[in-house]
Amino acid sequence: MSQGVLAKNPSVLTFLAVLGLFTLGVTLMSEWAGTEIVSTSLVKTLGKTLCLALVAVAMDLVWGYTGILSLGHFAFFGLGGYMIGMWLMYERTHGIVVSSLAEAPIPPTEAEVVAAIGNQIFGVVGSSEFPPIWAFADSLALQLVLVVLVPGILAFVFGWLAFRSRVTGVYLSILTQAMTLALALYLFQNDSGLRGNNGLSGLQNLPGLDHVPQSSISIWFFWASAGALALGYVLSAWIVSGKFGSVIRGIRDNEARVRFLGYPVETYKLFVFTVTAMVAGIAGALYYPQAGIINPAEIAPIASIYLAVWVAIGGRGRLYGAVIGAFFVSLVSSWFTGGQAPDVNLGLYTIKWVDWWLVLLGLSFVAVTLLAPKGIGGLVDLWTGRLAPDRHGADLGPDAGSLREAEAEQ
Amino acid sequence: MSTLLEVSGVSVTFDGFKAINNLSFAIADAEMRAIIGPNGAGKTTFMDIVTGKTRPDEGRILWGDANISLLGLSEARIAREGIGRKFQKPTVFEDQTVRENLLMALRNARGPLQVLFYRPRREDLDRVHELSGEIGLLDALDRKSGELSHGQKQWLEIGMLLAQEPRLLLVDEPAAGMTPAEREHTTALLVEAAKSRAVVVIEHDMEFVRRLGCKVTVLHEGAVLAEGSLDHVTANQEVIDVYLGR
Ligand SMILES: Nc1ncnc2c1ncn2[C@@H]1O[C@H](COP(=O)(O)OP(=O)(O)O)[C@@H](O)[C@H]1O
Ligand SMILES: [Mg+2]
Repeated sequence: MSQGVLAKNPSVLTFLAVLGLFTLGVTLMSEWAGTEIVSTSLVKTLGKTLCLALVAVAMDLVWGYTGILSLGHFAFFGLGGYMIGMWLMYERTHGIVVSSLAEAPIPPTEAEVVAAIGNQIFGVVGSSEFPPIWAFADSLALQLVLVVLVPGILAFVFGWLAFRSRVTGVYLSILTQAMTLALALYLFQNDSGLRGNNGLSGLQNLPGLDHVPQSSISIWFFWASAGALALGYVLSAWIVSGKFGSVIRGIRDNEARVRFLGYPVETYKLFVFTVTAMVAGIAGALYYPQAGIINPAEIAPIASIYLAVWVAIGGRGRLYGAVIGAFFVSLVSSWFTGGQAPDVNLGLYTIKWVDWWLVLLGLSFVAVTLLAPKGIGGLVDLWTGRLAPDRHGADLGPDAGSLREAEAEQ
Repeated sequence: MSTLLEVSGVSVTFDGFKAINNLSFAIADAEMRAIIGPNGAGKTTFMDIVTGKTRPDEGRILWGDANISLLGLSEARIAREGIGRKFQKPTVFEDQTVRENLLMALRNARGPLQVLFYRPRREDLDRVHELSGEIGLLDALDRKSGELSHGQKQWLEIGMLLAQEPRLLLVDEPAAGMTPAEREHTTALLVEAAKSRAVVVIEHDMEFVRRLGCKVTVLHEGAVLAEGSLDHVTANQEVIDVYLGR
């Protein structure tokens, strides 16, 4: 099995090696290792970027390979974050409440503790009652299950309705945008049970580990993110390498033809959509503890559009393209929007990148789509010398004289 | 011989235009049939109806020994019932190799999980090898099918059709755009296939139809105009008026 994957995707080993070296390098230069060349906040940024790369790989599977332009996968990412955030917030507040009530003359009952936690968490939205969706918040194991289950179920139900009615193309994209928008608007409400626009915060503090410095916690999450990306990458490579990969690429290129071969196209789409939503949930569950806070703005429709832009710029239909895109665009983006990019003084007008970055990103997206549809990943083809024949859709000449792959590769 | 497919009284209307008008058609096991008729006669639409792509407004379509109704079944389900289709324009998966195209078509389990854990077995690879020999693409197994010539793509599609091992093959204009030598090869493939299964061929080229040497159905304005041997239908005055005479 694994041999087949590696034979068909020699890039997997290269990718794992690069990821391993990157992880090792950052670790050795971190505050945790004592060298402090890479600050703890940069470790967090890089760890978060690994999570973004993971959700980009999922996006590539659903869009680049299966041809479903989902503009809603960041909603699944956010839901994963909310699910882990609930446990983190509950458990940490629990610790605080228990230690503050310990000074009281009469030991508090269990009900009093829970009421006090509710007061702490929901005070900002003028409530103190635990909504039913917090039923499992005291159990790490159950919330971890929900990290994959909640995005998975939402994706399954949504996908079942959409694919069964044969909604495709732009209409499907719009529908996924509507889904994220509806979810974000719902979460913005104070009575949604997830603290409205305040979201969940303090997620960078692990319950019971108050004595552990952030420099250690950040490197743990960095490792976990790298591990999750490695696993997700290998899993995706395995999925796309065999006949399943053939079928989904077939669906992308001509779904009617796949149907006439007898494959239940809608079931395949639903499968890929749901599995990638679960992967997105896991990526989100690793991301938000590093970010420290999650609120409904994270799920805004634009976030899912960014995800598509990363994959397009990195090169869709190749897994490493998605990773390159996520790293390149999100790091360049934080450089521009973080105020580090020098302003450009044009005399009459000064270009402030904080304002103009989005315009630049939009233009790059259009440029990549029109001029280099293979994205940054296409550069790898130049390097490995794999040049596809440029046929402009025409057949490659008559029988025998046709250009063969070997010739095309020169 | 028992009837494999029986279409009776089928009609389809597109925006008020009756593309298929009370059409009836039957084919037996291991029978070869040619369908001819002027452009727009409804030949392709007929195949769309049988394969579940287009739903008829009325009529019955019965299939197989158990006479199950194909109406209301999905395209994929109908394909799994044993009806394979070749399109007018060659449609193969251009981004994938000839081998991948054939492996995908091979008659194996079609569910996502079975496909996910599928690894080609010895006999699958042998079958792909054998088929690619029959369609003259043995040397091209590892080429992207997008690089093939037009005729080779047509053959690959026929090969995929054979790989599905359907009981009924619907073939829409297989010889279009082929050289005379390629046509001959195609005829041989179809005649061979018809020894063990039913084959319906839509074709314009009379010479090609003659070489198939089978019963012919003439469609006109969505209905059967004549049926019988090629000599019989070409002698029919109505057929000469609407089709041959032009
Ligand atoms: N999906 C459709 N919508 C509207 N009209 C159609 C559709 N499919 C076929 N037609 C019309 O039905 C008629 C029969 O078409 P077709 O079956 O393709 O003919 P042919 O015998 O040349 O294969 C044509 O007039 C065509 O324009
Ligand atoms: Mg036609």
